[in-house]
Amino acid sequence: MNLLAARWFEFVATGAGIIILVILAAVAAFLIWEATPALTADISELQKISWFNADSFLAFVAPLIFGTLLASLLALLVAVPLAVSIALFISHYAPRKFAGPLGYVIDLLAAIPSVVYGLWGALWLAPVIDPVFRWLTSFLGFIPLFADYQPPAKNIMTASLVLAVMILPIITAVSREVFLQTPRLHEEAALALGATRWELVRMAVFPFGRSGVISAAMLGLGRALGETMAVLMILSPGTLFSFFLLKPGQHQTIAANIASKFPEASGVSVSVLIATGLALFVITLLVNMAARWIVSRRSDFSGAN
Amino acid sequence: MSKRIDVDDLNVYYSDFLAVEGVSMNIEPKAITALIGPSGCGKSTFLRTLNRMHEVIPGARVTGKATLDGEDLYGPQVDPVAVRRHIGMVFQRPNPFPTMSIADNVLAGVRLNSKRLSKSQAEETVETSLRGANLWNEVKDRLDRPGSSLSGGQQQRLCIARAIAVKPDVLLMDEPCSALDPISTLAIEDLMHELKSDYTIVIVTHNMQQAARVSDRTAFFNIAGTGKPGKLIEMDDTTVMFSSPREKATEDYISGRFG
Repeated sequence: MNLLAARWFEFVATGAGIIILVILAAVAAFLIWEATPALTADISELQKISWFNADSFLAFVAPLIFGTLLASLLALLVAVPLAVSIALFISHYAPRKFAGPLGYVIDLLAAIPSVVYGLWGALWLAPVIDPVFRWLTSFLGFIPLFADYQPPAKNIMTASLVLAVMILPIITAVSREVFLQTPRLHEEAALALGATRWELVRMAVFPFGRSGVISAAMLGLGRALGETMAVLMILSPGTLFSFFLLKPGQHQTIAANIASKFPEASGVSVSVLIATGLALFVITLLVNMAARWIVSRRSDFSGAN
Repeated sequence: MSKRIDVDDLNVYYSDFLAVEGVSMNIEPKAITALIGPSGCGKSTFLRTLNRMHEVIPGARVTGKATLDGEDLYGPQVDPVAVRRHIGMVFQRPNPFPTMSIADNVLAGVRLNSKRLSKSQAEETVETSLRGANLWNEVKDRLDRPGSSLSGGQQQRLCIARAIAVKPDVLLMDEPCSALDPISTLAIEDLMHELKSDYTIVIVTHNMQQAARVSDRTAFFNIAGTGKPGKLIEMDDTTVMFSSPREKATEDYISGRFG
């Protein structure tokens, strides 16, 4: 009887594992199949599409990839330090009665639909952050990153800030769980050597949680890469390789571009959009592989043994 | 180096629960003091109050007096972090930092005290500490390997090396051999004999033969029953304790009649 239950469990678990692979393969096959017409079409064919203003498909998709990566990395740059700090505060600093509700509020942020974030970003954040951007561009404008701000703040910086808020909950939640798992033995080892709370965190908590935080950041990055509505509603689009973070009309992301063009698209233009989706799929895969590699590089020292 | 600890009427509470009651003892420098007694008698709890490690547990507090060479360990201006830098501790289970190399593990405490350490100073500290812990010959060729790559007994000696690298006044050992095999245990006991000439050592052990082998003074703790506080029953030279103890409970415990 027990043996039968064990068999069943093995069967169900294996099946679930296989289904994931099948779904992934199906998505990849769909993307490749549907993208092929655009990838093989003659360039003159593509240039008949009203919004296709490049000399090749690669030249069309490259600025979109750039915009996607730039927006996501900026968001990550803002969100990760903040999320790690919040997670650390909840796990190691806050009094217990305060930590619980705070974690709950952070989790609630994840439940807000992205279209609401888009509204919030476009209607509330953009005007509120306007004076900050004005200040940045007038005092730090000699740095190209901050040059040439033009209101309203429908630029990639605002979009990235909203993305950062959106990915904050997942990174915080995962980091908090990892930090809470720090073995008591290691914490006591640090304390017994005369470590302060911060030194304890640096000696025992961070090294133990490092790979978990990287995984958390990758989950956040995954969400930022694919985020559509918020970017679509905030960002004034453009297709340049531009590092002017405060200038509107410079960048666009793949996902927002698909969403804005898809309703009017038919025939080969649908195929072009799907091909950009394929590019996004490949980027996500590469990012995840890079993260795995970073985590595994020092696995000897991970404490898993 | 090597200071004495005097404890006077020390009580340990977990919130309102009295865990250890009325302990008074003198711990001599350059000697090994063993704390023995049945499980739950409060000997580990008491040990942890000597470097204020019990404060890690929420609600744990102490009344009474404990001094290190006359300096109050619980004075109002005394930072527990500073206490722990003077009174090192080795734990029941070896706990090297898994993300650090063997050398970095040894230097972990030293780096807390003095941030900047020249390369030659660091190498010297690593070697003397590992030699002091009888581990140098086994690891000198792989100092950059993770500490977790060592065997259990080696890891425990690495933890001792880490504790003595900061040159503490006192070394507390909380059942340091209970997770080790007999050969590793012997290595640690030999090491304690050598360390005795430089350090005040307090060891908690469940193993009475070990207490008899390594210690100069022995303190016997006992507990009247569950929910009752642990108490120090008696303390004397180890030879006296194991041959002619004054208390009946001590004799019963040592002769293996209970516990």
